[in-house]
Amino acid sequence: MPSPAAAIDARGVSKVFRGDGSADLKALDDVSVTIRENEFFTLLGPSGCGKTTLLRLIAGFEFPTEGTIRLYDQDIALLPPYLRPVNTVFQSYALFPHMTVGQNIGFGLEMQDKPKREVAARVDEMLRLVRMEDLKDRLTSQISGGQQQRVALARALAPAPKVLLLDEPLSALDLKLRKEMQIELKRLQTETGITFVFVTHDQEEALTMSDRIAVMSKGRILQVGTPRDIYDHPEQRFVADFIGEANLMTGEIAATTADVAQVRLVSGAAISATLPAEARPTGKVTVMVRPEHAEIVASTASATLTGTLESTVYFGTDTHFNVRLADGTAFVVRRQNDRKEGRQLDPGTPVGVLLAERAAQVLRD
Amino acid sequence: MSKAQDIIKAAERRDLRSRWLLSAPSLLIIFVAAIGPLAVVVLYSFMVKGDYGDVKYWQFSGEGWFSVLFERGLFDDSISLADAHLSILWRSVKISIITTIVTLIIGFPTAYFIATRPPNRRDLWLFLITIPFWTNLLIRTFAIQEVFRNEGVLNTALIRTGLLEKPLQIMFTDGAILLGIAYVYLPLMVLPLYASLEKFDFRLAEAASDLYAKPGRVLRRIILPMVKPGLIAGSILVFIPSLGAYVTPRVLGGGKHLMLGNLIELQFGQGRNWPLGSALSISLTAIVMLSLLVYVRASSKSGARSHG
Ligand SMILES: Nc1ncnc2c1ncn2[C@@H]1O[C@H](COP(=O)(O)OP(=O)(O)OP(=O)(O)O)[C@@H](O)[C@H]1O
Ligand SMILES: [Mg+2]
Repeated sequence: MPSPAAAIDARGVSKVFRGDGSADLKALDDVSVTIRENEFFTLLGPSGCGKTTLLRLIAGFEFPTEGTIRLYDQDIALLPPYLRPVNTVFQSYALFPHMTVGQNIGFGLEMQDKPKREVAARVDEMLRLVRMEDLKDRLTSQISGGQQQRVALARALAPAPKVLLLDEPLSALDLKLRKEMQIELKRLQTETGITFVFVTHDQEEALTMSDRIAVMSKGRILQVGTPRDIYDHPEQRFVADFIGEANLMTGEIAATTADVAQVRLVSGAAISATLPAEARPTGKVTVMVRPEHAEIVASTASATLTGTLESTVYFGTDTHFNVRLADGTAFVVRRQNDRKEGRQLDPGTPVGVLLAERAAQVLRD
Repeated sequence: MSKAQDIIKAAERRDLRSRWLLSAPSLLIIFVAAIGPLAVVVLYSFMVKGDYGDVKYWQFSGEGWFSVLFERGLFDDSISLADAHLSILWRSVKISIITTIVTLIIGFPTAYFIATRPPNRRDLWLFLITIPFWTNLLIRTFAIQEVFRNEGVLNTALIRTGLLEKPLQIMFTDGAILLGIAYVYLPLMVLPLYASLEKFDFRLAEAASDLYAKPGRVLRRIILPMVKPGLIAGSILVFIPSLGAYVTPRVLGGGKHLMLGNLIELQFGQGRNWPLGSALSISLTAIVMLSLLVYVRASSKSGARSHG
């Protein structure tokens, strides 16, 4: 099967903001990433890591200091925004306040000098798509936040761009509306078949919506992969910490086969752990285990890891067991609660920890 | 329930009364300072002119108003249009309109430039814009004269560099008056435009550009409609004082190219025709109010149209 075409291909992109007076700021540092056609691609990272900057480079509001950006094999790095078949949904929506909902949605097509009839038809189609038929003639200041969000989406989708860029489009909405819009966005992406590049710093949002995620930190892309890849096999400490919770242990590589390593932990226990892609670390390494990929047992006999239970915290859907391992490291085990009350474990008692298959992941350090 | 309403009503009445009382002093000042003199001028315009200026009190006549548009023959009673007055009126309106347009064309990019500087630099630029105000208008006008004069800076430079053979006559033309007034009132255009542009959310311009609008269309479709209040304020601030300009046409027009302000001054000075001067003043006020009305109507209508 041929691999899907690249919608966006960025190679070695850097962006330096010249600070006047203050030091220069490298917002993007040698970023290379390929975004496939029809993909829901998410840029995930903490505030200030360069997500918006990368999006603005793709949209054409900024130009890269170094590197190339290709859109379906056309080098677009230096094209102005109005020549790129790419549209943006802004975090602030940036709806035109002196125009009605309908005029906002039709603006892009009008600027492309499409015939009036075609514009009108497309506007109606878009209004139906985002379920806003009734509000066509309202001013954008006269509709709610969630409705503004939909108009912003419809406006950006109306010219049928090759790629749609979304900069934290849901961050201004309350939780309930946010969940609704997440589903709505996913539906729109599937229905239109347009490539979405979505920016968020909400890990849950990224995991539930994306086909693939790029985790960013300090102007770099640390890891790209499917939500499962990123969650189950984070390759760097930052990724492991930023998404979900992570237990980290130190150990030494004893042997490696293909992509799995035998790691001897400080406590003496030996576990098998997945290796990061294209890396063959040797010597001391850090190993990560997700709390829910471990199981807590009362007997220490057959357990992989042993320690003392320090406390249990009840979270409603699940319970966290805070364990102090024999070598002194803290380890959290999460267990989903079910109807029957399991056997109580008292704080202070010795416990064992079992690891699920392929639960451990070796980090690149 | 109706009792509660009564209490609310009473409170509202009290509130209203105290508001009136509080604003009474300023209302009084506005009345005495603005309406009072205007009333006096209206009164004077209907009185008989005195032989050596002033008016003959409480002798009324329409002669002052008549002379605004018409003149009587010197020897007979023939009546003809006062061509001189009409041409001065036309020149005033024409120069004021062109001045407004010129200051708009120069002022908009200036204001745009300042509004797009980093915030900490904008104050400096605004400060620079106000520098001309530090000097008295008369002195500034004489300075312009020094530039435009036949032996002035501009002509000397043009002749020295061989671009011209004999000096260009700039002084004492409508063009000189126009340039002079435009120079003097340019800051009055820049400041309100800047105030509007500074509030403009430039992300909207980015959004338009993202939606395939070329820069010219971003300006016409997004920026201009949104800074319209500034455009209107600036135009009014430039147009009105231009219409009544006095010093600039006097110095740069050299007594030949009069504007309304000069014509009015003439009636109170050499002309010794105070009723005519008063009538002309009132006419000027009327023109200003009329053009304001037309302008605001027109701009709000064009706004409504472009918004569908
Ligand atoms: N126009 C600019 N001039 C100077 N520095 C800038 C500019 N735009 C962004 N930066 C800096 O570049 C870095 C990356 O900014 P960016 O807006 O891309 O972050 P982000 O990942 O989108 O963050 P957030 O989640 O807060 O939106 C930040 O340190 C920011 O201060
Ligand atoms: Mg951002």
